[in-house]
Amino acid sequence: MSSGDWTDPRPMSPHLQVWKPHLTMAASITQRITGVALYFGTFLITAWVFALAMPAKADGAPAECYTVIESIISSVFGQILLVLWAAAVLFHLANGIRHLLWDGPHLGFEPKTASAWSAFNYIFAIVGAAAIWFAAAYI
Amino acid sequence: MSSNQDFATPTARARGLGSAKAGTEHHIRQRVSAIALIFLVPWFLFSVINAVQAGYDGAQDWVAQPWNAILLILTAGAAFYHMRLGMQVVIEDYIYTPGMKSALLILNSFASIALFVTVAVSVLKIWFTAGV
Repeated sequence: MSSGDWTDPRPMSPHLQVWKPHLTMAASITQRITGVALYFGTFLITAWVFALAMPAKADGAPAECYTVIESIISSVFGQILLVLWAAAVLFHLANGIRHLLWDGPHLGFEPKTASAWSAFNYIFAIVGAAAIWFAAAYI
Repeated sequence: MSSNQDFATPTARARGLGSAKAGTEHHIRQRVSAIALIFLVPWFLFSVINAVQAGYDGAQDWVAQPWNAILLILTAGAAFYHMRLGMQVVIEDYIYTPGMKSALLILNSFASIALFVTVAVSVLKIWFTAGV
């Protein structure tokens, strides 16, 4: 469809074909990707809580399924997963607060402010996840 | 509104103005649960890291504290509600096949509620059996 055919006066959802890539677009896409990732992350957290509730063995040792989950958490794969999870939580939290400020008091719509805020959210997520990993490992 | 429009049915007036589904309600619920999570998620992040590091007994002791148990169930409730709403939008945006779309929307509801009940019952079990 050529642009002249479009007669619907309602606002059109901005999409990838009509916008050049920019930081705020990236942040919006990352918000959705981290949201989906966190969705599946809750399956693992739920498994951990469920295993924690399983009755201990007669000698007081953890239930079998808890030992399995703990070995996954402490493996290299599990540690990488946890750092990525923390980064996803922090990004979704920071960018989510920004969405609330957009929707409610309409703050931060100026392109420069929006771009700077997008950059901040990425930095916050990466530095925050690194700080959490460091604190958990050494403090 | 001109007088000749008074004969128009509400349908005629609404036609062409967009979806008459539950968008506004969904939008508000997504944001109210988000506001709850602003307070709950930082607490959860800090606490769960300490709990995981405390090992099996330490983590159980942490869950067995009444305030921790209550906050955990609140966090789970807000989070599973929020993520169910979020995943619903993702499914509606990307899945066009009607049958597949309905199936995934139902699966999304089932998964979110099942996860919440699993967390809530597990937390309550640990709390209630801690002193026994």
